[in-house]
Amino acid sequence: MTALLESIGYPSWILHALVWLPLLGMAAVLWLPEARAKTVAFWWSLAVFVLSLGLWWTFIPQSGDFQMTLRIPWIETFGVNYALGIDGISLFMVLLTTFMTPLAILGSFNYIKTRERGFYALMLLLETGILGVFLALDLILFYVFWELTLVPMYFIVGVWGGERRIYAAVKFVLFTAIGSLLMLVALLYLYTTAKALNGVASFAYVDVLGTPLTLREQLWLFSAFALAFAIKVPLFPFHTWLPDAHVEAPTPGSVILAAILLKMGTYGFLRFLLPLFPAAAQHPTVVAVMLVLALIGIIYAAWVAAVQPDAKKLVAYTSVAHMGFVVMGIFALTVNGIQGGLVVMISHGISTGALFLLVGMLYERRHTRLIRDFGGLSKVTPWFATILLITALASIGVPGTSGFVGEFLSLLGTFETHPVVALIAASGVIFAAFYMLPMVQKIIFNPLDKEENKDLQDLSGRELVILVPMALLMIGIGFYPTPILDRMEPSVEAVLEQVERSAGTGELDLRGLADRVPDVPGRGEAPDPHVPAASQPRESTFEGVFEGFAGVSEDVELGPTDPGHADSRAWPASVVDRE
Amino acid sequence: MVLDFSSQAHYIWALLPEIVLSVWGMMILLIGVWRKPEESTSTSAADLGWLTLVGIALAAAANGWLYGVEEVGSGNMIALDHFRLFANWIFLLAVALCVLISFGYVYRQRLQAGEFYALIMFSAVGMMLMAATRDLIILFLGLEVMSIAVYTLTAFNRRDPRSAEAGLKYFLLGAFSTGFLLYGIALVYGAAGTSNIAGIALSVTSGAASSALLVAGIALLTIGFAFKVSAVPFHMWTPDVYEGAPSPVTAFMSAAVKAAAFVAFFRVFTIAFDGVYESWYPIVWWLAAITMVVANLIALVQSNVKRMLAYSSIAHAGYLLVAVVAANELASAGLLFYLLVYTLMNIGAFAVVISVANQGEDRLQIEDYAGYGRRNPLLAVYFTIFLLSLAGFPGTGGFMGKLYLLLGAVDSQLWVLAVILVLATLVSYWYYLRVAWFMWMREPAAAGELTVQFMTPMPMRIALLAGAAIILFLGVFPGGTLAFAQASVESLSQAALGITGALP
Repeated sequence: MTALLESIGYPSWILHALVWLPLLGMAAVLWLPEARAKTVAFWWSLAVFVLSLGLWWTFIPQSGDFQMTLRIPWIETFGVNYALGIDGISLFMVLLTTFMTPLAILGSFNYIKTRERGFYALMLLLETGILGVFLALDLILFYVFWELTLVPMYFIVGVWGGERRIYAAVKFVLFTAIGSLLMLVALLYLYTTAKALNGVASFAYVDVLGTPLTLREQLWLFSAFALAFAIKVPLFPFHTWLPDAHVEAPTPGSVILAAILLKMGTYGFLRFLLPLFPAAAQHPTVVAVMLVLALIGIIYAAWVAAVQPDAKKLVAYTSVAHMGFVVMGIFALTVNGIQGGLVVMISHGISTGALFLLVGMLYERRHTRLIRDFGGLSKVTPWFATILLITALASIGVPGTSGFVGEFLSLLGTFETHPVVALIAASGVIFAAFYMLPMVQKIIFNPLDKEENKDLQDLSGRELVILVPMALLMIGIGFYPTPILDRMEPSVEAVLEQVERSAGTGELDLRGLADRVPDVPGRGEAPDPHVPAASQPRESTFEGVFEGFAGVSEDVELGPTDPGHADSRAWPASVVDRE
Repeated sequence: MVLDFSSQAHYIWALLPEIVLSVWGMMILLIGVWRKPEESTSTSAADLGWLTLVGIALAAAANGWLYGVEEVGSGNMIALDHFRLFANWIFLLAVALCVLISFGYVYRQRLQAGEFYALIMFSAVGMMLMAATRDLIILFLGLEVMSIAVYTLTAFNRRDPRSAEAGLKYFLLGAFSTGFLLYGIALVYGAAGTSNIAGIALSVTSGAASSALLVAGIALLTIGFAFKVSAVPFHMWTPDVYEGAPSPVTAFMSAAVKAAAFVAFFRVFTIAFDGVYESWYPIVWWLAAITMVVANLIALVQSNVKRMLAYSSIAHAGYLLVAVVAANELASAGLLFYLLVYTLMNIGAFAVVISVANQGEDRLQIEDYAGYGRRNPLLAVYFTIFLLSLAGFPGTGGFMGKLYLLLGAVDSQLWVLAVILVLATLVSYWYYLRVAWFMWMREPAAAGELTVQFMTPMPMRIALLAGAAIILFLGVFPGGTLAFAQASVESLSQAALGITGALP
């Protein structure tokens, strides 16, 4: 297979094709008559998915570097490049996007009844934007695609949405834009600094990577980037746009939003935040803040979800909780944590997408989404009940489903450095059962006491075609995640190495201060400052765990006014690799 | 051809585009007068419009020809640098687009086509003179030629009292601001002993200019220019005048007049007063910041689309002022590029407004746009593109322009101003997207509204298509145009260097 693909030059054109084919599809949809819009859009996006499958074979799993990279000057005056590339982190985001888009389009066949041409054109435009975000290796190119996703989503929510659609659409755009516009300024700062240093004006990711910045600068830029990504994720307390947007969006809009758009935020954390601002990302206060926000998101969203009468709103809040696990895993700064976060991203994309589709299918039949209007559906719609149950279990994270793999790994990774955080977060898994199972019970079990529900149609063939692959994937990843984990691992390690290396070489202005700081309690011997952290003798997992934890709690006491305490070299040593 | 301005003929060659436009304008005027009023039909008005476009094409050819002309020295009254020629492209584009979108309006409102088109051409001559100025007297001359034509155009619709009111208001305030400008020129002349920009620069850098007089002159010039570019707090006239003036004239004013004022502003301040940058940049800094913040905030609450676009144009003046503050090579190229994009998107937006208002002045409220996306999908798509570009979304020329301005700002370390710019942009998202949501997401109040169809004349459709296409092209492939803008300002910075380099 690999040889066949390589013989047709697949690696050299696939990334171009992935980014621009959906746009071409948009043109086709707009050009062809309205009646054929949906079929053309579906087959087109399916073709893109089939094309993208080749990545599975041509991607070299052993390498943590960017693959299939290409770089063409785009705006030479500014040093902006059309640079694309893929690694183990973006690979799965790309596949998730190409997988979910045709399903979301297929899921909208009955839902979207007006102005179909515009709708399907926007869906394909959205796919171009998202794939661009995941593949771009140039800051401006990334920004362009990042903002480009706003426009189609604005119209999808605003035109085809529910009662309060305009409010939701505008809130979505404005919230996201606050972060991204400030990110633009931060990005320009990074560019000017790199330009002054290298003498080369370039926005390319590889050129700005490793730009030495003082801790102060890093913290500022980190904040600007983190705000943009945190709003997108959404991290508590920036999540308020999400329930509105989800509830008002048409089903396919919610699916894309939950399954893929939110991942752009966490992807940004991994791709830009950690490697570009390693000192800030390792700063104990920053880590503590991010972990605490993630924890609040996990617990708070679960509680809020539990009391929602509207099934769609409930599912919307579960997104906040799940994305909390991702952020927690990432800021644990361990291989396990980040890998777990990535698997949660995939799993959440599939399971929440399926949940939104299921709720949407109920809504198409009954024109209500209130949980209390249903009950006993397992008797009339067995297929629906089966798939809802599988999806709900995957969403909770029951062993044997994809949710379990992800949440377990991210908890494990967090436990390695911050056991208390992991302990609290683990309760989030219990809360997930607490909000999800009652909903499942009220909808598909309980007595069948509503007259309107007695002649409900079970899933049609089209709906089964959408949902069965998703259900199979949830179970498949749950039982055998190794191929996915193997492909991620080198890239995740590369990201962590990036973080460690810059800290180890002492780009920070707090170098030397560490000697004056008393030993961190619970740590054995201070690492030799002249040896890069990565090559320090590794301590046992147990010690590492406590060391990391001590680091956080101490800094909370000392506060950010004493950066010397941060002791940049102590951190990487505590990062325990997956063995 | 080499021009050293040793003979009068050299001036004719150097001013060829202006002369072509003036002569052609007078010809149009005469043809318009010779025609009997009863002969005025839609075709006869259109004839004059097409004839005007021919004149503009000839002027454009003359402008292109000037690229092959070399000048000797930089102390002449008329500049022949590429900065001027690029600015001329912007003016000619603006004039051409405005003529294209006026066909229907001129006919439906029974305006005197000959006078209307001639006045537009005369005002363009004034603008081109302002771009060519290397002497404050030429600046004043150009400004007056432009302004008087535009005052008349504002009051041109004699049957509409709002137009007359706007004309009077504009004339009074405009004359007042010209007074400031003229007094400023006088004081600068008193301080420097010359009205030549290069001469002023020399005497400023050598310290010969007496500083109190000079600073007072600069302050008065700043006020004069701030009036013309409608920067807050000198913007009070703008919304009323823009709302009252005939819509094609508003489009013309908000794009071309502003461009001319900015080009002259930039040249005078960054070359003549380069030596005293420290003394004027805080004023312009504050002007830029206040303009961006106030204009965007007021635009939020406008319910009249024409008035909203007026405030939006003030806001854009704020963004452009950032380039004046930055005053470096990137910023000057950014200024030109942004003015080009702004001309396209703003005139395009006004074209749709004219079309929605049925080539007149009714239906300007935002409610009138409800359901427009279904009534006229193509025009609504155009309008959406222009609005997204005005808001600065990626994929449009507006984003590239803003990126250029931001790069210019950060090149001069104006981080606070850059942050204000992006936050102001965020505010602007609201009112631009608001029009979009009315068009696409709202149903009209009366059900019959959806079937209302207005004719959009072919020239206007050409202008809309061209505008939208160029906006998208500049958003995706800006490279060539950016490089062209960059190359156009090299002569400007060389001129500035040449002056300071001549010092001992």
